[in-house]
Amino acid sequence: MKVFDYVRPASVAEAIAAAAAPGAVYLAGGTNLLDLMKGETLRPDRLVDVTRLPGLDRIEWLGDGGVRIGALVRNAALAHDAAFATAYPAVAEALLSGASAQLRNAATVGGNLLQRTRCAYFHDPASACNKRQPGAGCDARGGENRLHAVLGWSEACIATHPSDFCVPLAALDAVVEIEGPAGRREVALEALHRLPGDTPERGTALAPGELIVALRLPGEAAGFAAHARYLKVRERTSYAFAVVSAAAALRLEGGRIRAARLALGGVAARPWRARAAEESLVGVEAGEAAFRRAAEAALAEARPSGDNAFKIELARRLVRRALALAVAGTPARIPALPASPFPSVAGARHDA
Amino acid sequence: MSKIHVTTTVNGEPAEFLCQPGNSLLDALRDDLNLTGSKEGCSSGDCGACSVIVDGRLVCSCLMLAVEAEGKSITTIEGIANGDVLHPLQRKFLEHAALQCGFCTPGFLVAAKALLDHNPDPTETEARYWLAGNLCRCTGYDKIIRAVLDAAAEMRAGAPAGE
Repeated sequence: MKVFDYVRPASVAEAIAAAAAPGAVYLAGGTNLLDLMKGETLRPDRLVDVTRLPGLDRIEWLGDGGVRIGALVRNAALAHDAAFATAYPAVAEALLSGASAQLRNAATVGGNLLQRTRCAYFHDPASACNKRQPGAGCDARGGENRLHAVLGWSEACIATHPSDFCVPLAALDAVVEIEGPAGRREVALEALHRLPGDTPERGTALAPGELIVALRLPGEAAGFAAHARYLKVRERTSYAFAVVSAAAALRLEGGRIRAARLALGGVAARPWRARAAEESLVGVEAGEAAFRRAAEAALAEARPSGDNAFKIELARRLVRRALALAVAGTPARIPALPASPFPSVAGARHDA
Repeated sequence: MSKIHVTTTVNGEPAEFLCQPGNSLLDALRDDLNLTGSKEGCSSGDCGACSVIVDGRLVCSCLMLAVEAEGKSITTIEGIANGDVLHPLQRKFLEHAALQCGFCTPGFLVAAKALLDHNPDPTETEARYWLAGNLCRCTGYDKIIRAVLDAAAEMRAGAPAGE
C-alpha cells in the first residue's frame, strides 16, 4: 500500500478543508476504500477520517413522516432500527442482504452510496480500465463479463454499481445531502450515480472535496411499507453481490395498484429506476399479466454487453417475482435469509 | 514519517502502541501488542479470520486502520475466556471437534460470541447467515454450527431466570 497521510478533523468544515489537498479522500467505514488501497487500485495521498465528526451518526424523524439518516450511521444499525425497518422495510431487507455481518457493522450509509464497482478489471491495476485510467481501454469488453451491465452502458465502460441499499433508495425517491467547498446542496439519489458515457472515471455527481452528510427518505415513501420487497439473485445465497436485484413497492386498493415503485440492481452503473414499468402498473389489477407487462417495460432498452444476455431474462423474471411478493405483503419480520427469491421450503436450506 | 501514538483498551486493559497510517488494527494487535490469536487470512475482509469486537460491533480488524483504535474498546480472541476457564463456545468447539487446522477458529469464536451477545437464541439459519463472513476451508460448517447452537443452548440454560 502506498504511503499516505492521515488526518482526523473535528468538524465538517475542517474535513472539507483537509480534503482540499490533492489526492485526498474521505475515510468512513473503510470496507471498500482500504481494500482498494491494499490492491493499489486506489492510491490516495491523504485519508481524511470522518468517522468522528459530530452529529452524523443519528437517525432523525422529520415532520412529514420521513427520515434523515446521518452519513455515518452503520448499515447494520440502520437495518436493525425498529422504526426505520417498519417504515422502509425493503431498504432494511436490502441492507441485511448485503456483505457479511462484519462488513455491515463497519460500512456506513454514505460509504455505501459511494462504493466502487466490483468489475475485476477495475480492481486489477494490470488490466486496462477507462474508469481507473481514462483512455486506457476496457479489458472487460473482451473478458469475463457475464456479470456486467445490460442497461446504460457505453463502449468505454460496462461496469455495474454493486450496492443493494441504493436500489430501494432509488425506487423511494431518496435525497442525498452534500457539503463541500462551495457550500451545501442536495441531489436525488437517482442522480448521484452517473452513467459512463465517454467519462466513466466520473462515477458520481460529487465535485472534488464534497462530502455526503446525510440521506433523506420522504414520508410519502413510507406509504409503501405494507407491500415492499427487495429480492436479490446471487451466485450463493449469502455474502455475495447481486447478479440481478429488484426493489418493488406498491400501494394497493381493492386489488388494484394505486401507485408503484420499481428499481433494479446489478444491471447498470447506477441503481436503475424503472419508471415506464411503474407507469404501466398504475390503475391496473395486480396480477401476473400486469407484472409481465411491467417486466417487459423495465428491460425494454436492455442489451447485452458481453456474455450476459441471460441477465435480461433473469431481471424480467425477478421483477415479476418481486411484484408478486410485494402484493402478497411485507413479511412481519425480515426473513432470516434476507432478499432470497426462493420460497421457504420446509427442510430445504438456501443458506449452506 | 513520525509514528502516531494510539491509546486504546484491549480486552479490558489499557493498551498503547505506535503505528504508521498504513498499519491495520490487525497489524497492531499482532505485531505491537503480541496478540497473535487474530489471524491474517485474506486481508481484504472476505474471510473473517481477523474478526474482533470494537465498541460492541463485530468487524474485520484487517479493514480498520490501527490509528482508528484511538479511544475504542476492543475484544479479541484472547479476551474470550475467563482466565483459565474456557468460554462455553470454546468448550463446545472442542466437544464437537469443530476445527481441524484451526486457522479460522479464533475468528469464528469471536463472531459467534458477537452473535450470542445480541441474539442468545438464534435459529440455525440465523447462525449460518451471521457466520457467512467467516470462511473455513477444512472442517466445513456443520460442526461449527452445531457447536455454536449447543453453546447457545447451554448458556441459556445456565442464565439465571429472568435474564
